[in-house]
Amino acid sequence: MPQVTLTVNGKSHSIEVEARTLLVEALRETLRLTGTHVGCDTSQCGACVVHLNGDSVKSCTILAVQADGGAVTTIEGLAAEDGTLHPMQEAFREHHALQCGFCTPGMVMSAIDLVNKHPQGLSEAEIREGLEGNICRCTGYHNIVKAIAAAADVMQGRSPEVAHAAE
Amino acid sequence: MNVTIPFEGIGASVKRKEDLRFLSGRGQYTDDMNRPGQLHAWILRSPHAHARIDGIDTAAAAAMPGVAAIYTARDIEAAGLGGIPCGWQVTGKGGKVMAEPMHPVLASGKVRHVGDPVAVVIAASRAEARDAAEAIEVAYTPLPALSTMAAALAPGAVALHEDAPGNLCFDWEIGDAAATDAAFARAHRVVRFETTNNRLVPNAMEPRAALGDYDPNSGEHTLITTSQNPHVIRLLMGAFVLKVPEHKLRVVAPDVGGGFGSKIYHYAEEAIVTWAAARLKRPVKWTAERSESFLSDAHGRDHVTTAELALDKDGVFLGLRVATLANMGAYLSTFAPAVPTYLSATLLAGVYRTPAIHGQVKAVFTSTVPVDAYRGAGRPETTYLLERLVDVAAKEMGLDRLEIRRRNFIRPDQFPYQTPVALQYDSGDYEATLKGAAEAADLAGFEARRAAARARGRLRGIGISTYLEACGIAPSKLVGSLGARAGLYEVANIRVHPTGSISVFTGTHSHGQGHETTFAQLVSEQLGVPLSQVEIVHGDTSKIPFGMGTYGSRSLAVGGAAMVKAMDKIIAKGRKIAAHLMEAAVEDIEFDRGTFRVAGTDRTRTLTDISMAAYVPHNYPIDEIEPGLEETAFYDPKNFTYPGGCHICEVEIDPETGEVEVVAFTACDDVGRVINPMIVEGQIQGGLAQGIGQALIEHTAYDADGQLLTASFNDYAMPRASDLPSFAVSTATTLCTHNPLGVKGCGEVGAIGSPPAVINAVVDALRDYGVTHVEMPATPLKIWSIIHGKSGAESLPAAAE
Repeated sequence: MPQVTLTVNGKSHSIEVEARTLLVEALRETLRLTGTHVGCDTSQCGACVVHLNGDSVKSCTILAVQADGGAVTTIEGLAAEDGTLHPMQEAFREHHALQCGFCTPGMVMSAIDLVNKHPQGLSEAEIREGLEGNICRCTGYHNIVKAIAAAADVMQGRSPEVAHAAE
Repeated sequence: MNVTIPFEGIGASVKRKEDLRFLSGRGQYTDDMNRPGQLHAWILRSPHAHARIDGIDTAAAAAMPGVAAIYTARDIEAAGLGGIPCGWQVTGKGGKVMAEPMHPVLASGKVRHVGDPVAVVIAASRAEARDAAEAIEVAYTPLPALSTMAAALAPGAVALHEDAPGNLCFDWEIGDAAATDAAFARAHRVVRFETTNNRLVPNAMEPRAALGDYDPNSGEHTLITTSQNPHVIRLLMGAFVLKVPEHKLRVVAPDVGGGFGSKIYHYAEEAIVTWAAARLKRPVKWTAERSESFLSDAHGRDHVTTAELALDKDGVFLGLRVATLANMGAYLSTFAPAVPTYLSATLLAGVYRTPAIHGQVKAVFTSTVPVDAYRGAGRPETTYLLERLVDVAAKEMGLDRLEIRRRNFIRPDQFPYQTPVALQYDSGDYEATLKGAAEAADLAGFEARRAAARARGRLRGIGISTYLEACGIAPSKLVGSLGARAGLYEVANIRVHPTGSISVFTGTHSHGQGHETTFAQLVSEQLGVPLSQVEIVHGDTSKIPFGMGTYGSRSLAVGGAAMVKAMDKIIAKGRKIAAHLMEAAVEDIEFDRGTFRVAGTDRTRTLTDISMAAYVPHNYPIDEIEPGLEETAFYDPKNFTYPGGCHICEVEIDPETGEVEVVAFTACDDVGRVINPMIVEGQIQGGLAQGIGQALIEHTAYDADGQLLTASFNDYAMPRASDLPSFAVSTATTLCTHNPLGVKGCGEVGAIGSPPAVINAVVDALRDYGVTHVEMPATPLKIWSIIHGKSGAESLPAAAE
């Protein structure tokens, strides 16, 4: 079976996978990082979004062997060592941007990449368009949009903390 | 006792306790769990809508790598397993009991919908199980598909089930037909309206999964499953399918990624993995792929209805006559017969004083996925019907849409209000929610916005819906008389630990609703303990005495009331202990937020003093009361609860593309007392998204051969962020009069009230085109066709027709 080397959340792993194994399967089944979820089989829902070499990818859409040598960040790798949440995680909590929590990891990973790719800031319409690849069935997106706007202000230095950013 | 308590109690927007684990990737959903030695199941499903099974050859598949077992109906039958039971028995006209055909765990003799499970392969890995399933040869003789209710009811149609002639499940009625006829006889005008409430796929983001295990030493079966109600699954699966007694069957519903009704029901896969794990003495896990979810999760809605409204010359409603065809799909799912009847037709009065109502429902078997409750369950169908009908009537009568509603509203001084269709509403103020929504939506300024949109080349419309619903299900005796085969009370066990922290065991289940926070706020406030000292435990039959689960916006109204009842028992016992400790009479002991006080004195004991004394009973009235501080309560509701409100939708239509954009959505809802406003608003926003999705984009289409055309997220339009606006949500409260908290329920109102508001807005935007109705979903094709005169919306058929 193919051997794949991945740096996941800063830690190097060398694992054996089947050639057909998807990156999400390697993360969930082999590395037991179950925070990354699978919500569909057509690469539509975005529950499986992780960062690969700094870009968001749907980990159900690439094979583990394609990620060989890459650096992967999953939802488990976002918070600081001391448990301090990433501003996006903090904003989701502050603005009640999650209900059942299933789409949340992918939503948070997509949102961070969206903010990173728009250093000039994001309008509400841009945030909504930017979430095209992530489906949430619980929230109606209202609070997700608010949370992302608030986190963007913190991540981009316009606001010192999440709580006030979206007001 | 602690200054933070008031801010954590009832009415505070406390941040959710459950968020940290979900935001850190530490949620534990069923598919996240694995057990040593675990095998994986893959279900082979029917590719045909309706076919005879002539033979199943599993020999080649059984020889494939990793395969541990392959089971078909023959194995299930040889093992003596029962069919999947239905939770309701509806009795139709003339006392005729509904047809209730066998729903086998694996298809036996025939398949009856695309996706009907035919065989299960159990192998070392999921991939190997799937590979082997593809090697199973099934010989089918296709039979005529019954893709629509019209096809199933056509004279001479083939019977899907031998014991359901004419494919009719039941023919049922409610209300007074003679009184309704009399009302129509004296009507100034009769308004007629026909509509199809489009079939939806619930699509909770977590696909269903089930993990079965068996301990040969104890003989205990364990099922971990994506369920809204683990005790109900234990009861249905244990008693009727596997015939395993409750004390040997543990059902766990851990973190569950959304339900919306679709995870209420007992599904075949749960029985398969539980049974196979015992047979193989190995854990067995099954997880649905999304395309499997489309073919195996119960669908929602799918009613075809004709309604007639009789009015006097002033637009006052005299009578309402409604006939509905309700699609049951291929088999009866757990709640299915109740949805079009007791959860739908009983709402036909809506918020209006219509004095005479007659409703009829024919439930029909078709060769489609079973249909059952989906967020709102029957109430969105009736609300849509009424609120469209009222708009159509206003137009025909030349009355303002608000005015016709106001002339017919049940007034606040008329409660309790007995409807002609069984329900008695306890409270509400429909004028207040209408006023609240109209002001928030700036209804008065709408025509200026319409004119401004027209100047931009866009068609702007506004739509209103004033509605109520019945939830907090349900009084056991009443629903028992209506055909429910179970009680619908709820259970709470409250354990005050020796040092004063509290575990609350609830029979409800949280799969996004935030119970771990809201319920903790309730207990924190009532018992005066910091929020951090209260833990809510749910979803495990081995920990919780019993429970009916979460659906029908019942968790707080019924489950919360059970907690209050259990807390009352805790306080009553605590007063006795406090009386002993303070050498006072029990009657003189007062309790307020964690402190027991001898009335009129400064002598007090904290709840912790009492709990410590109860568990270390050295100075304790041991001859009169038992040690310990733990109480269980079963609460059976006295009535349904009746949330309601007003939704106002504003749309703009691009005449070039026919695309409808929701530019503003305002909801003012009366959900009774609000414990956590942040969570309530989130529930309403989510419901609105599902209602707007139904109105504008979501649709489930079968072709004439019974193939599901919308069987993936590529084909079924799930609402995305860009399909929706930001919402203006508020509440205007009247209290429920019959439960101890005054709460009504907020989980479904968004999905119930919103679809007619959207379509009323679309029709209003198209008023210059002579349109009286647009069927849901109001897709760009339908709208473009209306604007460009290609054909009326009415003549655009649903894909299945």
